[in-house]
Amino acid sequence: MALLAGGCDRMVVLNPKGPIADAERGLLIDAFSVMMLVIVPVIVMAFWFAWRYRASNRAARYEPKWAESKLVDSIVWLIPAAIVIAVAVLVWRSTHRLDPYRPIASDVPALDIQVVGQDWKWLFIYPEQGIATVNQMAIPAGRPISLRITSDTVMNSFYVPALAGQIYAMAGMQTRLQLLASQPGKFVGRNTQYSGDGFSDQFFEVLATTPAEFDAWVAKAKQSPDKLDPATYARLAVRSRNVPFTYYSTVEPKLFDSIISRYTHAHRMPEPAAAAPARR
Amino acid sequence: MFGKLTIEALPLYSAIAAGGALVTVGGAALVVLVITWLRAWKYLWTEWLTSVDHKRIGVMYIVLALIMLLRGFVDAIMMRAQQAMALNSGGYLPPEHFDQIFSSHGTIMIFFMAMPFMTGLVNLAMPLQIGTRDVAFPFLNSLSLWLSAAGAGLVMVSLVIGKFSTAGWTGYPPYSGIQYNPGVGVDYWIWALLISGIGSTLSGINFVVTILKRRAPGMTLMRMTPFTWTALVTSVLMIFAFPALTVACGLLALDRLLGMHFFTNDHGGNMMNYVNLFWIWGHPEVYILILPAFGVFSEVVSTFARKRLFGYESLVYATAAIGLLSFTVWLHHFFTMGSSATVNAFFGIMTMIIAVPTGVKVFNWLLTMYRGRISFHPSMLFTIGFIVTFVIGGMTGVLLAMPPADFLLHNTTFLVAHFHNMIIPGVLFGYLAGYMYWFPKAFGFKMNEPWGVRAFWFWIVGFYLAFMPLYVLGFMGMPRRMEQYNDPAWAPWLMAAAAGAFLILIGIACLAMQVLATFRDRRRDADVTGDPYDGRTLEWATASPPPAYNFAILPQVRDREPLLDMKERGVAWQKPAKYEDIEMPKSSAVGVVMGAFAFGLGFAMVWHIWWLAAACGLVMWVTMIVRSSDDDQEYRLSAAEVARIEEARYRALGSRA
Repeated sequence: MALLAGGCDRMVVLNPKGPIADAERGLLIDAFSVMMLVIVPVIVMAFWFAWRYRASNRAARYEPKWAESKLVDSIVWLIPAAIVIAVAVLVWRSTHRLDPYRPIASDVPALDIQVVGQDWKWLFIYPEQGIATVNQMAIPAGRPISLRITSDTVMNSFYVPALAGQIYAMAGMQTRLQLLASQPGKFVGRNTQYSGDGFSDQFFEVLATTPAEFDAWVAKAKQSPDKLDPATYARLAVRSRNVPFTYYSTVEPKLFDSIISRYTHAHRMPEPAAAAPARR
Repeated sequence: MFGKLTIEALPLYSAIAAGGALVTVGGAALVVLVITWLRAWKYLWTEWLTSVDHKRIGVMYIVLALIMLLRGFVDAIMMRAQQAMALNSGGYLPPEHFDQIFSSHGTIMIFFMAMPFMTGLVNLAMPLQIGTRDVAFPFLNSLSLWLSAAGAGLVMVSLVIGKFSTAGWTGYPPYSGIQYNPGVGVDYWIWALLISGIGSTLSGINFVVTILKRRAPGMTLMRMTPFTWTALVTSVLMIFAFPALTVACGLLALDRLLGMHFFTNDHGGNMMNYVNLFWIWGHPEVYILILPAFGVFSEVVSTFARKRLFGYESLVYATAAIGLLSFTVWLHHFFTMGSSATVNAFFGIMTMIIAVPTGVKVFNWLLTMYRGRISFHPSMLFTIGFIVTFVIGGMTGVLLAMPPADFLLHNTTFLVAHFHNMIIPGVLFGYLAGYMYWFPKAFGFKMNEPWGVRAFWFWIVGFYLAFMPLYVLGFMGMPRRMEQYNDPAWAPWLMAAAAGAFLILIGIACLAMQVLATFRDRRRDADVTGDPYDGRTLEWATASPPPAYNFAILPQVRDREPLLDMKERGVAWQKPAKYEDIEMPKSSAVGVVMGAFAFGLGFAMVWHIWWLAAACGLVMWVTMIVRSSDDDQEYRLSAAEVARIEEARYRALGSRA
């Protein structure tokens, strides 16, 4: 029991810590409930019919030729169809509402963070603050976070189950994800797309803090002796595992865009100067 | 001379890899020794390997599938064992070995277990069900078999020489590109898929032509068995879907071999083009596998409920609808690519629409049981187990089809649990049910039932224990394919899953015992009637095993259940007034020879041994031309010979009566 209770508590997907993940979970629960209308009767019928019409039960009616019924036919087509229509409406609305490209409505302006997936770690660049970190993403609780995500290696998938689900990180392309932590706390983030030997170690910490603590955290990062210049970046991008939290007090301007355009400018096709987002 | 192939290719990098290689080589050597000891080479060559008889080809496909099921399962239990012990430790498998194992597990189970099993069952049963003497292109059938076997051989050889792919069964670039994966593993995967994929495309063409052109007189489309219907839709899907896979793998091979940039990170390549192409094949593939299993369930439920199948027309339309819709949902495999909400919502809704015809099928099977007289043959147990378990998998599938929910659960073990929840009960249980159902037809004696029942219980309990914990772990946010982890909350669930895999191991042992017990009791359980279950369809109208020509006189079909109709009219098994000569295809060594050279070609391409690749390609081409210009491909079985064979059968039937 203790194990089960502990287990339930650990099911981050069912215990979201932010409005986006919470809405995604709500959708799961709604659809699950609607489908139980069909699933439960089917399972009951399977056991009931198998038992009731077993060959040894001569009391049960046997109608070997009964194979057609317009009424039954319509019911078995229409009931699943009705359920699917109901869920489809749910899907259409929720997919638009929870589009990871759609900014979270809030009175507080969103904080921009740029995310780069590397072998086998995550780099976070804070353009407003001019700092960068590895494997730790601090965010002020209650403020919408707007992420721009890319990869400087194979395809990764950026995943914070407690806050916002996931989106692919792809070299030469930019994807977006919005999230918001309702309360301060520490959450796990991961890459979910297999990317080689260090894949299992490629997780990071999301540190949701009060706004004051966040400012203190930024100030601390600003004290760091490390600076993310092109040479440091090149060293960082090399394959490595179990990289500890690292803070950079300054970041090469437009580093994120240049990481993307390294891949898009390599071919000689005429191309707009800006980085090509996966979608505008 | 030998390209990239050196002594370094031997798997001496770890004791476990070396052990796997030894078991593979030892197993192959043992089989060779046993065949030699039995002096069975000549028999095997003339009666089986060179046979173009659809029944023998079907049996060989199924033997291949069962061997590969064992191999794929060894991979599975190794992964489960690794994850059960890998909390804050490396377990017993290093990452570079663990990733080969999850890649080969998926590749083998889909391409070299499920595909051959399905093709084998269709080969075995479909031509008999439509009342014909063979498939439309018997030689092509043999070629398809040996191309599949060549692909399977490449995967097996990768255990001994070199390494297998580490890119998962889906082989997503750029990880599978030359920049990140310079070894031979991905090439083994590519060539195994290219070669067997061509075999599958040819099988699809063969089955479609057979079903459309070779049905017995009177068998209209709407009188075909449900299994034949599913075989038809599946074959159409094979024809349209497999070329996409062949193209995707071919372009990936060009990227790797010639430095092209279809799917690389840079120089204009785009990985998502591969992902789209792969799943344009990959999603129909799910239905290619599952529809024939649905067909088996329809046959089994009607036979063992002793009742006409409920809602036949609904079932046919549902099958066709699933076939069409299967091409409209591929993007749900990557909602997380970042498409617009409208695109994601469209593909999510299309995916849910497939649940409607699928639900109709489930209700039709239930209503066939309703007011029936059900006997619990192992095939029927697998069918009931399927219905109950499959609806749970369908439900989790609908959850994943909602893009916002998919963002939470994509690439987690929830996804792994979902597709195993579809494929084990939906596909594998169906094939096992079909295998036990049609076994007496292929061999002339019934399968042992007690061991089949035991196998069922271990499989189904093992399934729940192995995969329900993965749903929970998905809710905990555990990604798939983790070699180790540091979250202690995951460990108990992973241990439970490992215990489930162990129960499935016992289930597999029961399947092996069933084969042994069946052959031990073959005289006691002999079935001279050819109709062990009081069947309804044409395959039960002929002898078991059927003569090479299946039917001495092609049956006249008047009903959806032709044999039952003949029984009710009292005309079943009537002796014909006279027999006629029958034209039969000659056995041919060309299929097996071309398969062997296709294997050589694949192996040479993997190791960049260009002269060998050219030589093998040339031999295949020349062989094909020689075969195509050979007009002497048939022989005539005289009416007297047919009469002799048929008289022997009628004597056996009479002596029993």
